[in-house]
Amino acid sequence: MPTLIRRGAIESPPSPEPGAALRVEPHEDPAAVADRLGSAARVEVHFPKFTDGRGYSIARLLRERFGYRGELRAVGDVPRDQLHYLARCGFDAFLLRDGEDAKGALAALAGFSEAYQSSVDRPLPLFRRRGASSSA
Amino acid sequence: MYRYDDIDQRIVDERVAQFREQTRRHLAGQLPDDDFKPLRLQNGLYLQRYAPMLRVAIPYGILSARQLRMLAHIARAYDRGYGHFSTRQNLQFNWPRLEDVPDILEHLASVQMHAIQTSGNCIRNITADHLAGVARDEIVDSFVWCEILRQWSALHPEFAFLPRKFKMAVNGARTDRAATFLHDIGLHALRARDGEIGFRVIVGGGMGRTPIVGQVIREFLHWPHLLTYVEAVLRVYNRHGRRDNPYKARIKILVKARGIEALRDEVEAEWLHLKDGPSTLTEVEVRRVAGRFTRPAYEMLQDIELPQDGPFGAWRRRNVHPHKRAGYAALTLSLKKTGVPPGDVTGAQMDAVADLAERYSFGELRVTHEQNLVFADVRQDRLEALWRELRALGLATPNIGLLTNIIACPGGDFCSLANAKSIPVAEAIQRLFDDLDYLHDIGELDLNISGCMNSCGHHHVGHIGILGVDKNGEEWYQVTIGGSQSPAALGRVIGPSFAQHEVPWVVERLIEVYLAGRDSDAERFVDTVRRIGIEPFQEHVYAHAHSPRRHRESAVA
Ligand code: SF4
Repeated sequence: MPTLIRRGAIESPPSPEPGAALRVEPHEDPAAVADRLGSAARVEVHFPKFTDGRGYSIARLLRERFGYRGELRAVGDVPRDQLHYLARCGFDAFLLRDGEDAKGALAALAGFSEAYQSSVDRPLPLFRRRGASSSA
Repeated sequence: MYRYDDIDQRIVDERVAQFREQTRRHLAGQLPDDDFKPLRLQNGLYLQRYAPMLRVAIPYGILSARQLRMLAHIARAYDRGYGHFSTRQNLQFNWPRLEDVPDILEHLASVQMHAIQTSGNCIRNITADHLAGVARDEIVDSFVWCEILRQWSALHPEFAFLPRKFKMAVNGARTDRAATFLHDIGLHALRARDGEIGFRVIVGGGMGRTPIVGQVIREFLHWPHLLTYVEAVLRVYNRHGRRDNPYKARIKILVKARGIEALRDEVEAEWLHLKDGPSTLTEVEVRRVAGRFTRPAYEMLQDIELPQDGPFGAWRRRNVHPHKRAGYAALTLSLKKTGVPPGDVTGAQMDAVADLAERYSFGELRVTHEQNLVFADVRQDRLEALWRELRALGLATPNIGLLTNIIACPGGDFCSLANAKSIPVAEAIQRLFDDLDYLHDIGELDLNISGCMNSCGHHHVGHIGILGVDKNGEEWYQVTIGGSQSPAALGRVIGPSFAQHEVPWVVERLIEVYLAGRDSDAERFVDTVRRIGIEPFQEHVYAHAHSPRRHRESAVA
């Protein structure tokens, strides 16, 4: 049964929803779909294999360059071990591939309490946040 | 060296916990091989011919005595008592058990070390010139910039699954000691006329099966833009680099396909959006990072005269380097003693070296891409005492820059990708050239050996390069001459390949041509090759090749 992780909750099966999704394949240019973002019920970025990293850049471009604010869903070969990076690149929904343990996936999302880089979920890089909180 | 703060430590600790859980699932049959593989690679773990291999990052090559002791402990507790320094400033353990790896990583984390991104299709350990901070021609301390880049690249969410591995090098001095033209991105520090610091950005260099010297994509990048610009390069590569064929997936292929001009335009267009964004570096951050580095408490000293003659003089001439502080010197501990695989160190040697580093060099040492160790801050008046101690440990071979300071990858004895062995070839050459006077007469010569086209032994840039090739299941060796690391130049193949036992003989013939043809003692082997071309070398080797001739027909490279 397909399992969706969305807003920190497990939906299995995913609750039905109206409207058509806009699907972006890894070879596609986000600029080419930019004018359709407003009318899409959600955007799905497809990962044919989880080791195909193009979807990460696509997600960041959709969020940071084209200002997409709606649901951004990772679909395809989406294992739990990638959720953390995916979330940092702007995904907020994950259609897990068959057989993935949903509870484990939720836990993986919370695996790291800090990160160095600027990312969609935390635009300021660590060095702009360290400030006085940093100690030896 | 850089000392972690609590956040740096937490990130590494959480990574260990993540990998422990992944390993547990794998061993419990819940994470199949194919899915586990990219995860373990990004934690430094390969599955090799005989046993797993764990590659530990030594970021930009610097180690503390305490860290080296931990590596010695790991070598003894989890390995067969030794480790192997690679050409990318990493340390490799060849025999750890998969189920022990999370514990090993935890030990590493306890001394502020890790194996993050030492393998896999991600941004790898960033290398630097090994004389950073002490070289007389220094422009910036490359270690500070490497640490800034280490933090930026560690667990970068967007670039964990690039088309292929991505290697970066930073050089902070005028002389390029970091091979910046032979990396996916090379950064060479510059001081502009107005005094501003920046970097020349070089892209698309590399060895491997398609060796290419990199090209300058940006002549001067002002330092605050370092991260945003590099991010733009990576993003263009991540989106457009080839993913259909791993042999055509490095950024150098993209540079070739697009042309440097077009790629530059693409990167600039991407950068326009990132420039001056939150990742723009600040003076506060650069100062913070620099301030977390330990600095030697130098004394006010004068340079002194050191003996020129005798065994100490020979060692001093080869292994001791000038230092920017009067009265101090940097020196290289040779890990190239004949009979020892290049780069191998036992746990006992590691402990002893840690001890010496504490007593002679402020408790720190460095690892070079030539697979040697460096003590960067030794008082000149204590060099002789240190030399005696190093000699007792077998670490004072006076061969830095000489033919027997061979760079060799682990090759067929350890590596599952190898076409041929490299360690026995290195040893046979070292044995043939065991006369120190003769070696010194030959002078500066880089001899590099790789066991296959992956070029971990950097054979393309050896003055003499030796490459293991496979001919119908047999081990053969192709010989190149005229390569060099700085300025970057790739060697040319002299002709059909040779059987293993012939390789030292071939090197001897090449040296004969050089000694007969050099215009003075000051002309190095590689300079002679450049001046007279490779033909005289080819003629001499193949005219005299009694046994090689036998194979010539069947072994055209
Ligand atoms: S060059 Fe080839 S044989 Fe040598 S270590 Fe690299 S992959 Fe292995």
